[in-house]
Amino acid sequence: MKKTIALICAILMLTVSVVACTASGKTETSGAIKIGATGPLTGGAAIYGQACANAAQIAVDEINALGGLQFEIRYEDDAHDAEKAVNAYNALKDWGVQVTLGSVTSTPAKATSALNFEDGIFALTPSASNPSVVEGKDNVFQMCFTDPNQGMASARYIANTGLGSKIAVIYKNDEDYSTGIYQTFAAEAKKLNLEIVSTTTFTADSQNDFSVQLSDAQAAGADLIFLPMYYQPASLILAQANQMGYAPKFFGVDGMDGILTMDGFDTTLAEGVMLLTPFNADASDEKTVNFVKKYQEKYGEIPNQFAADAYDCIYAIYQACQNGNVTADMTAQQINEIMKAQFTSMSFDGLTGEKMVWGTDGMVAKDPHGMVIQNGAYVGMD
Amino acid sequence: MSFLSHLINGISLGSIYAIIALGYTMVYGIAKMLNFAHGDVIMVGAYVCFFALNSFGLPPVVGVLLAMLICTALGILIERLAYKPLRAAPSLAVLITAIGVSYFLQNGALLLWGSNSKVFPSIFNNAALHLFDGQLTIGVTTLITIAACVVIMIGLTLFTGNTKMGKAMRACSEDKDAAILMGINVNRTISVTFAIGSALAAIAGVLLCSAYPLLQPTTGSMPGIKAFTAAVFGGIGSIPGAFLGGILLGIIEIFAKAYLSTELSDAIVFLVLILVLLIKPTGLLGKKTVVKV
Repeated sequence: MKKTIALICAILMLTVSVVACTASGKTETSGAIKIGATGPLTGGAAIYGQACANAAQIAVDEINALGGLQFEIRYEDDAHDAEKAVNAYNALKDWGVQVTLGSVTSTPAKATSALNFEDGIFALTPSASNPSVVEGKDNVFQMCFTDPNQGMASARYIANTGLGSKIAVIYKNDEDYSTGIYQTFAAEAKKLNLEIVSTTTFTADSQNDFSVQLSDAQAAGADLIFLPMYYQPASLILAQANQMGYAPKFFGVDGMDGILTMDGFDTTLAEGVMLLTPFNADASDEKTVNFVKKYQEKYGEIPNQFAADAYDCIYAIYQACQNGNVTADMTAQQINEIMKAQFTSMSFDGLTGEKMVWGTDGMVAKDPHGMVIQNGAYVGMD
Repeated sequence: MSFLSHLINGISLGSIYAIIALGYTMVYGIAKMLNFAHGDVIMVGAYVCFFALNSFGLPPVVGVLLAMLICTALGILIERLAYKPLRAAPSLAVLITAIGVSYFLQNGALLLWGSNSKVFPSIFNNAALHLFDGQLTIGVTTLITIAACVVIMIGLTLFTGNTKMGKAMRACSEDKDAAILMGINVNRTISVTFAIGSALAAIAGVLLCSAYPLLQPTTGSMPGIKAFTAAVFGGIGSIPGAFLGGILLGIIEIFAKAYLSTELSDAIVFLVLILVLLIKPTGLLGKKTVVKV
């Protein structure tokens, strides 16, 4: 009952905001290419949406300062909700969007990418990693790894380095991201003869208590727990395992990124936690140092991997626009064709990887790096 | 041994549901309204305590008292601004208002404190009792949660049974108009009910976040709904019922996860609820009442 009423309220509010947006959105073209995106700027996943919006803004400001090609970026809030994302996408269309960064998270991205394909508006999502976001859509590309890619890479990494012999997996079975990684991890683990001794799940509604999942893993004698999930539930798992006096190795995925910057988080809990991630804010190369410094100055935080992905997205689009001679007076559909050709043929160097290339399926090929948390900071494992 | 440890975890989770459910049931029993914002008052209480401890370095006791104080004020304010003007309105209008207040608090928290999750500091040191050669571990947080729940339940029962204000509350619950005729200030009684309910919410918030130290603007909403279920399960309006319902819900949830399926645990919890309500529509300890329309 509450949900139904909440839904009605939400729809009403959205109608109002969409109307408001269409009213204010009819500004004249300023000679800049309009880049639009939807992401969770509010709600539980807001940290990702805000990271992407912040970083994209930094990249756009940098590019505009160079002169030449000019960009204008606009993020619409989707609150990590597919329905709201569709409304946000429509608001962007009314604004006259020419290129999009898709959606930040997978569930909304599934909805918006279908519209991107229908309308022939190019999308390069920084972080929506579910394969169904790009599947069957020739104009939707990903900057992040796909979930299968992560699950597979994690299984291979664990097998190659002999990190664990008995593995437990806890995943969130009402989330595409978590389930997607788990499935490919399990399939690859089977191929590699990794023994999974315990598999347990949780949902958004039951993500407080992990005592059962952890005692199951402990009883099965697991020496490594794989956590394909975002860092909020992971922080609870670490705290509760610690309370139980259970200390296996923990292996996370890119969603684990952000755990160290949580307010009040006891970083000793995360000591020794490993994860695969393409971006390391502590890296000493010039590009990363420059980006981290700017982000910190402007927003007072260390950027996470989502921010780096969004920053790379803008530069990848910039590179494609320059190579393809895109101008601001082209229609979204014209730009779409140029982008498709560019992205399947170019190689891009960014914060999250060197020499990235995209397949016609829209998935990116780049190498994940193993990181381990030591003394409250990420350290490269290889 | 794992059975015993699941049982204790279940009681611990159930105690938190029970404390929240007590707040729901108090307000429902006396004001006859479902205060859906209750879960979000919990969240506010947890945030207040978090900032008192983390930003101002106050001792935990002061943090908890401050949280209770602010939540009490917030509860009275919400009642005064949002519910009191609707006293004569149909209950559906009040229900919608309560949902509105719930969203208002969540989004207000988002605006004030940001979307980044915070990790609640451990108030009670992380010590644990190790029994049977360490096969069974009981955290201090668990023990304190259970103890707090029992104390609150007994306290509330005594309060409503023996004090003048408590009797006034029961009178309002029985028949509002008759209570007015007997010289009871119904508005004041309802305000006091909200004050007590909100102070309980603050305690629940602190305990919830001590047990599961993740704090975000939506922290209170799901436990709030589960606790509401617990209150209905035990018989809404009944104080021992809320206690029993909360504890049972926690135990069922943990057992369902441990012995049946982690994927279906919530479905099982609500299935049990449906079965209980089919057999006993007023809940386990609910009073049978004749509804007068």
